[in-house]
Amino acid sequence: MVTAAFIIFGLAAIVSAIMVISFRNPMASAIALIVTLCSIAGLFAIMGATFVAALQVIVYAGAIMVLFLFVIMLLNLKRDEFGPDKRKIQKTLAIILGVLLVVEVGIFIQAGLGDFGPSPAGDKGSFTSTAELSSLLFTKYLFAFEVTSLLLLVAIVGAVILAKKKL
Amino acid sequence: MPVPLGYYLGLAAIIFTVGVIGVLVRRNAIIILMSIELMLNAANLTLVAFSVYLQELSGQVFVFLVMTVAAAEAAVGLAIIVMIFRNKESVNVDDLNIMKW
Repeated sequence: MVTAAFIIFGLAAIVSAIMVISFRNPMASAIALIVTLCSIAGLFAIMGATFVAALQVIVYAGAIMVLFLFVIMLLNLKRDEFGPDKRKIQKTLAIILGVLLVVEVGIFIQAGLGDFGPSPAGDKGSFTSTAELSSLLFTKYLFAFEVTSLLLLVAIVGAVILAKKKL
Repeated sequence: MPVPLGYYLGLAAIIFTVGVIGVLVRRNAIIILMSIELMLNAANLTLVAFSVYLQELSGQVFVFLVMTVAAAEAAVGLAIIVMIFRNKESVNVDDLNIMKW
């Protein structure tokens, strides 16, 4: 059952990722990216990381993608009149690196890195309970947490100043 | 039968590569930003896979922080694109060549 879910979510993620980079209309790419993000959230959920899955849907698909859509609608972007980059070297490099990628994925699958250990939702309740994760966040990684809030402040101030019409 | 770790890593590698192709091939600045988000998501998938495999919650804390950084970077990147569009009426990155010599 987990395998079936993995195959469904995995295929959905790959197909919608390819759709993101191939649609001419940026609005369609944004919708395809939302599908990708929700498939990845599904993959997080079947691994047992439920808090991260919820975070992915709320923050990534719910806030960042809405921002993207607002900007696309604000700039009123229609279909791309210009095509992809047509330089000759791209084709040769693409074939070489594509073969490399297939070999690499094959190595991952063959390596037998083993299954995920005993079920994460073991005897302590869910392994990834929000309480445990937040206790880590506020004790061991407190400095990173505070610096992240400072980073967000800088990003807010920067974005507002950059997008203003008159300083 | 749980899914082996290698399958998750392979899937993340494929999504990351699709993101890299998007950055290199597409000329629309907003699509490039979306491909960068694809790459960040592939990295998040790898982090969570290892976090569950090694039964170590630090990976998921790192995912939390990576998501925050991705949000900040998307906001600032889109503000820059809005500013460029205001000046040049185009989001084609090939048009941004005034510093070429």
